[in-house]
Amino acid sequence: MFDFSVVTEWVDEGLRSWLPEGWVLPVEFFLIGLCLLVAYAIIALVLILYERKVCAAFQCRLGPNRVGPWGVTQSVADMLKMLTKELIKINHVDRFLFNLAPFIVIISSVLAFGCIPFAKGLEIIDFNVGVFFLLAVSSIGIVGVLLAGWSSNNKYSLIGAMRSGAQMISYELSIGLTILTMVVFSGSMQLSTIVESQAEGWFIFRAHVPAVIAFVIYLIAGTAETNRGPFDLPEADSELTAGYHTEYSGMHFGFFYLAEYLNMFVVASVAATLFLGGWMPLHIPGWDAFNAAMDWIPSIFWFIGKVAVLIFVIMWFKWTFPRLRIDQLLRLEWKYLLPINLLNLLLMVVVVVFGLHF
Amino acid sequence: MQITIHEIVFFILAAVIIGCSVLAVTTRRILRSATYLLFVLFATAGIYFYLSYSFLGAVQLTVYAGGIIVLYVFSILLTSADNRRVEKFLLGRFFAGLVAALAGAAICVYLTVTHSFGPTYPLGGELPMSIIGEALMGTGKYQYLLPFEVISILLLACIVGGILIARKR
Repeated sequence: MFDFSVVTEWVDEGLRSWLPEGWVLPVEFFLIGLCLLVAYAIIALVLILYERKVCAAFQCRLGPNRVGPWGVTQSVADMLKMLTKELIKINHVDRFLFNLAPFIVIISSVLAFGCIPFAKGLEIIDFNVGVFFLLAVSSIGIVGVLLAGWSSNNKYSLIGAMRSGAQMISYELSIGLTILTMVVFSGSMQLSTIVESQAEGWFIFRAHVPAVIAFVIYLIAGTAETNRGPFDLPEADSELTAGYHTEYSGMHFGFFYLAEYLNMFVVASVAATLFLGGWMPLHIPGWDAFNAAMDWIPSIFWFIGKVAVLIFVIMWFKWTFPRLRIDQLLRLEWKYLLPINLLNLLLMVVVVVFGLHF
Repeated sequence: MQITIHEIVFFILAAVIIGCSVLAVTTRRILRSATYLLFVLFATAGIYFYLSYSFLGAVQLTVYAGGIIVLYVFSILLTSADNRRVEKFLLGRFFAGLVAALAGAAICVYLTVTHSFGPTYPLGGELPMSIIGEALMGTGKYQYLLPFEVISILLLACIVGGILIARKR
């Protein structure tokens, strides 16, 4: 299997040979940051096109098909439009907080994005508390949403922000508990170790029942966490015009939009990493020829494939189910998901302690 | 004197902590004050990451930035709907506050100067998570199960008290 650390080490050695000692690290930091942001932007563009195509398919339409073949450059055109739009100044708002809020949201999303192991040897932040760090930085985004809603000086925005805050805080519990369940099984919080230890089989197969329950709950809670339908009441367009980002224009709105899509990507890739083996190919113990054949497919394609399937499932939710009311939403979390989750954690501990897994 | 990247990072973090702490108490709008506090907490988490104690840094981000500040902002949104500003202090209160602040600063400076600190840089690399976990959950010497449980009872009492107050109306 191709190991991306060959490329990164080659770049590192190249820089070391023709740059003075103290300059190598800053240049590398800059390059990594640049690559990360470029990947972030490109993935967002691809996801926006993907969403529009999937949505069109569910509604028996064609979707964007004028700009480029099959409309592939439609989202590039949209991006250029967004970049050239005016940032409208709004009267009677707290301008500092109003301008700050989109940046908090996007920084939280970029930090979470940086933790993901994309392929073998292609991971940026790899702390030994990796999953926990990811959870921590993605919880910062709520502050940005609340500040955006409050500082817009608009009732719709405020209601949207309150709903979004209540929703994200509640569903973060479920996400934390499902991740904890899988950490109990893997015995490590480091994302690279979690992926490596799935070489004998993905966790969803090895930890059978509790892992499947945790996977389903994670997908539900992850969809709610990213404010996507059927949990999109913070920006329910029929009730609140656009929720907390009603007053934003131009690229500030673009930041919220980007962060929403990238958060969906982060949720899907955490699900892929914890349950479906991240970039690890499908291995079945004993079937050596099959495993060798699977290793021929590069790890990055495994990762992208799994994430694409999971994102499709999340979009499927959105275009299939009607929107929930706020009381139904909170009841679902506190009365159903949370107790099931706690019992599932207990079940997982029993499975691990008595060695009932594969 | 050669300034390393480590020192530059430290001074940036320290400057952010000091600047934002001052702004958090001098600004006249309560939500801005909460935002500056958020920056102070971020920079503190940054210091933990700088010391390569990533567990504590992540805890700082989850508990303070993601939990406490969200709680603050939420309660500000629920209690003060308008963009209300804090009124100016009376002169007597201003001097009382100044004296208290100076006394606090004097104690802090005294302790920092007289205390003998250990090595500035920790042992290379991150602390393994299993060591932290065993220290938190063990019952032996230098292990902290009992304080951990006592704090959880305190939190339980807080939750019960909160429910009681909320139900009274």
